Amino acid sequence: MKMRGGIAAIPFLALAQLACETKREVPPPSGANSTPAAAAAIAPPASESDVPRAVDLRPHYRGIGRAATAAEVRAWNIDVNGSGAGLPKGRGTYARGAQLYAQQCASCHGPKGEGIAPNPRLVGREPSDFSFGTDPKLVKTIGNYWPYATTLYDYINRSMPFNTPGSLPPDDLYSVVAFLLVENRVIDTSLVIDAKSLPRVRMPAHDRFVQDDRKAGATFK
Amino acid sequence: MSDDTPISRRAVIAGAAATAGAALLEKLPSPTIPQNPPQGTAPADPSTAPGAPTSGASVRSAFETPARAPVGILTGASLTPLHQLTGSITPNDLLFERHHSGVPTIDPRRYKLLVHGLVDRSMTFTLDDLKRLPSASRIYFLECSGNGRGAYRDPKPEMTPQQVDGMTSNGEWTGVPLRILLQETGVKRSASWFLAEGGDAAKVSRSIPMAKALDDALIAYAFNGEPLRPSNGYPARLLLPGYEGSTCIKWLRRIKLIVQPNMSKDETSKYTDPLANGTARQFSFAMDAKSIVTSPAHPARIERGWHEITGIAWSGHGKIARVEVSTDGGRTWEIAELQEPVLSKAHTRFRHMWNWGGGPTTLMSRATDEAGYIQPTRAVFEATRGKGTDYHYNYIRAWNVEQDGRVMFAV
Repeated sequence: MKMRGGIAAIPFLALAQLACETKREVPPPSGANSTPAAAAAIAPPASESDVPRAVDLRPHYRGIGRAATAAEVRAWNIDVNGSGAGLPKGRGTYARGAQLYAQQCASCHGPKGEGIAPNPRLVGREPSDFSFGTDPKLVKTIGNYWPYATTLYDYINRSMPFNTPGSLPPDDLYSVVAFLLVENRVIDTSLVIDAKSLPRVRMPAHDRFVQDDRKAGATFK
Repeated sequence: MSDDTPISRRAVIAGAAATAGAALLEKLPSPTIPQNPPQGTAPADPSTAPGAPTSGASVRSAFETPARAPVGILTGASLTPLHQLTGSITPNDLLFERHHSGVPTIDPRRYKLLVHGLVDRSMTFTLDDLKRLPSASRIYFLECSGNGRGAYRDPKPEMTPQQVDGMTSNGEWTGVPLRILLQETGVKRSASWFLAEGGDAAKVSRSIPMAKALDDALIAYAFNGEPLRPSNGYPARLLLPGYEGSTCIKWLRRIKLIVQPNMSKDETSKYTDPLANGTARQFSFAMDAKSIVTSPAHPARIERGWHEITGIAWSGHGKIARVEVSTDGGRTWEIAELQEPVLSKAHTRFRHMWNWGGGPTTLMSRATDEAGYIQPTRAVFEATRGKGTDYHYNYIRAWNVEQDGRVMFAV
């Protein structure tokens, strides 16, 4: 109980530097062909960055929890971000990807990524004008909607194949990603996909994403 | 309120679930049709003989059979029966669920939460560790940002409140505030976001601004006084008050402090909101103010005379300030009574007495939150965001009362 009282009693330290830091524009992912629109999309929402960081960040309860081992972190640290950070060594090709896709993916998503209900379609470039907001019949695909190519690696690695997620080694994952990017007419069949080339792939819908501009208050947006 | 027998009312619900449920989630298998449970039986005079013995876990009266409506199987959801509930607290077995690769079985003795990235000390916490840290119990709503998609895209008169908006629930979450864990790990100044990741087969991950972590984010391990149920994240989940349900990562196994958002699948290809102007809104976390009349609503059939119009209202931006009810299709509005205490980011029950004279009319509710946000009409919503927009469907819901007393979802 003494500890709990302590938390409430400690004067919160307004960490002004941190508060300022959240207001700056976060730089676009390095290596990607980023644009001002992309930079806007990844900046913290304004309504959130206005919240001051008034919290005491000194440890209070030593002995609860323990230091994570390097092996623990390595086992779960699977995320790959928009700049490609987290991508492992390895490489993949369209030809190998086509074989793997047929074996591992086609039974749910269709031989050409056309989708087999209820499993989603993966391939398609129409509409080219991103008119999803006005036409509810349009189907989102990798080629017409996904803003980052790196998300393909991150998602397939963490969630697919549906019945054996996490079972594909990096070379296979890179190859399936290459296959899907070719089928979506985003890259050429000759491009080898690896940690260096994947973040440089510019997705057709990359510039369509905008930061949430809604705020608490009377205005409906 | 209804002159249907329980059996026929259930049959109507089951039938409507079969037709309307499919529209609630995109591209999912056909919804499971709930079996009609056995009807209760009772002695003619229960006061003349002893009743049932004591029991461990109690069960509902055999005459009461509220049930969620499952849609999909391993990738799916199960919807809260809003029209079968009173007050504001959702019972544990009726809390809605949404999952992407089935419900995992996690041994609480082997559970651990890893906190790493831009921290001073990477740490792991067991479930016991989490429970030893200072706890907090707070009442919050939890709503899927896709709630209402079926009613927007493919509305049908036979939809119940469950099928219209059953992916919202409300109750008391107990857990440890995330900022207390971050005190233990320390936070580097470059940390602007954090990634939260689940331990299910989908390993769902979302990026969240650090400000939320240091504000009211909770690592919840209990709901309404008992451990979370597996379908709702057992043994521990993230609960971000007022934010879309997808961010409240279930089966939470990892928190990583990062500089910029990850651009995960569920913050790019999903849970982004296409708008009429050819863009898509990203990181649209907050759930705006919303309300729905839960009674009278389909499948109710009402008689002339007095009725309590009641429902729930909520806002991700704070407290509900006012709910107005219209009994004439939106021509005039009257202030409904709010059940006290009105809590921030929580379902608030509203009530308004109404004397039905017998003619056809339309019932509506309109919520205003403490920030001054007023729930928009469908026309304004559609004109602003577009017919094809996705997520955050918070416009005014309406119920048509027909000449014969049937209440139908207004399409």
